[in-house]
Amino acid sequence: MTTTEDRPTTAAAPLVPGRVPWRFRVFSGVRRPRTLLVLLACAAVLLFASAVNLGRGDFPIGLGDVLATLFGAGDPSQQFIVLELRLPRSLTGALVGGALAVSGAILQSIARNPLASPDIIGISWGASAAAVFVIVLGGGVSAVGGSFAAVGLPIAALAGGLVSATAIYALAWRRGVQGYRLVLVGIGINAVLVAAVNWLLTVAQIYQAAQAQVWLNGSLNARSWDDVIPVSIALVVLVPLAMILAFVLGGLQYGDDTARGLGIRVNGARTALLLVSVGLASVATAAAGPIAFVALVSPQLAQRLCRTPSPPLGVSLVLGAALVVVSDVIARTAFGGTELPVGIVTAVLGAPYLMFLLARHRREARS
Amino acid sequence: MRRRRLVGLAALFASLVLAVLASIAIGTKVIPFGEVWSALFSPTGTENDIVVNSLRIPRTVLGVLVGAALGLAGALVQGFTRNPLGDPGLLGVNAGAAFFVVVGIYIFGVTSLLGYVWFAFAGALVASVVVFSLGARGRGGATPVTLALSGAAVAFLLGALTSSIILIDSATLDAYRFWNVGSLAGRDAAVAGQVVWFIVVGALLALFSAPALNALSLGEDVAASLGHSVRRTRTVGILAITLLAGAATAACGPIVFLGLIVPHVVRAFTGPDYRWLLPASALSGAVLLLGADVIGRVVARPGELQVGIVVALIGAPFFIALIRRKKLAQV
Repeated sequence: MTTTEDRPTTAAAPLVPGRVPWRFRVFSGVRRPRTLLVLLACAAVLLFASAVNLGRGDFPIGLGDVLATLFGAGDPSQQFIVLELRLPRSLTGALVGGALAVSGAILQSIARNPLASPDIIGISWGASAAAVFVIVLGGGVSAVGGSFAAVGLPIAALAGGLVSATAIYALAWRRGVQGYRLVLVGIGINAVLVAAVNWLLTVAQIYQAAQAQVWLNGSLNARSWDDVIPVSIALVVLVPLAMILAFVLGGLQYGDDTARGLGIRVNGARTALLLVSVGLASVATAAAGPIAFVALVSPQLAQRLCRTPSPPLGVSLVLGAALVVVSDVIARTAFGGTELPVGIVTAVLGAPYLMFLLARHRREARS
Repeated sequence: MRRRRLVGLAALFASLVLAVLASIAIGTKVIPFGEVWSALFSPTGTENDIVVNSLRIPRTVLGVLVGAALGLAGALVQGFTRNPLGDPGLLGVNAGAAFFVVVGIYIFGVTSLLGYVWFAFAGALVASVVVFSLGARGRGGATPVTLALSGAAVAFLLGALTSSIILIDSATLDAYRFWNVGSLAGRDAAVAGQVVWFIVVGALLALFSAPALNALSLGEDVAASLGHSVRRTRTVGILAITLLAGAATAACGPIVFLGLIVPHVVRAFTGPDYRWLLPASALSGAVLLLGADVIGRVVARPGELQVGIVVALIGAPFFIALIRRKKLAQV
């Protein structure tokens, strides 16, 4: 009679050379030193870029002074500039980047489609349509247009993102949600939202259209602690949840039947993951506008850098954060006095890199 | 099947005739049908005659051309990329056209729709060539995933460049935002004259590549073993898509969704055979665009809703219903 003690329990010889397995209760996986290395490298870039970002501006502050100010030293003016003006901006950027990247990583894994990102399937555009609606029609309707827009914009964007995501999910539901149908329905909803935004831009006054255009490109300008708090709450709550559910992601990538065979409750898992993804993308978009490309490219980059079979969540998070902060440094300084929205830089940086990866790793991209 | 296809084509043709008549007769200014008739066949130079002959007829002709071009382009994109989500916009055509139009406005001071056409066309051409050459690097050539990804990358890049120009200069934004919604309004006969030959050549190339597309839909290896040169077929297809989508976007601005939805609808009665799918897509593209344009003129009187917006508004529910109703036909 065989007892459990007879089975080889410890990590004996790995089935694949170089892939050392680990197990903790129900969680299991493979030790990936490469992933850890990439994670550390991305974190280093993020910290360095943040420090540079805190130092640059109309009143340049040296790297040493920045660090000193962060740890409580520095004179009052430096404290004000670093802690009240620049730190919230950098933090918003990093948090938004991380949230978008994780959101994209989850969507790409459950849809099994590298194009599934919040920008493509209509969540970001739902938020954008609501925001542009407030910018264009809010001012004209109420006398307190300016302050109404300032308070109402993130809330409207959040509501818009959630409503469009709910609509997409409800419309894609048919005895469960298939990744493919989700992307298709998302594209359908997206088309309507894009048309709505374009129409709103034609009926707007030109200064409103210009303001909407800044928002539509994703901007970190004048972000305060009020913008940092909601995004950090969302990240603190949702990312650990995503990490736990990521265990399920590993099974979903092989298809529904295999996943069911592995004992995963496919629809429940997918619904929970979608909710996490939508929550992250909506909060991020509400805080900084739809910053292009971060959600699409960060998971793809992370996956290729780590050579994992699906986008790794942790690395995506740090990579997305680093991407946005680096882009913000460039957006603020590259054009002298003119400050560009950060989303333009993320797109200009991210797009050629995706092309380069496509050209170089075409074998992987083909699968 | 053959009977269903013939009935389907005949119904599409009848709808096109109806749509053309509606497009000529219905507009912001109400003109009785009798006067439309006399304006067409015995014009005497009254105000109504001028409205019909110099505004509505060019607009209708352009609508038919552009709708057919977009329908064909959509079917071709879906066939060549073997991707049911295929849309000319996916391959960067819209983004390329938009970027060049903005450059035309900002740097060269172009102000007329007639002037935009050449910039838009050049942009569409450059973008689709870049997307395809990028996606086709390597031995296997362009595959659905690499094409879609390189299309997205190019579209993002061009979109960002477009945005940076219109953020710097609000006068450019002011001109661009009216082009960007996609509209048939205000185009005179010269615009149709500029794009018609590109569309005709593109349509001929498209129809000739139908048998090769049928073979390609069985897979590249099968197509090659049936004696089709995959590379040559793709080159012809890319040329056709570029001509059709580029000319349509140049004339009307980016109209999203038409190229995506038309082949899905048409496939319901033609099946996957491209010899039927392509002509049917052209017909129903024209019907859909004209119909949307007429609706846009009626619902927002005395103004009008741009056709690009109407297409998206009526196309989306239809498309979603189609996705939900059945398993999508394989491309």
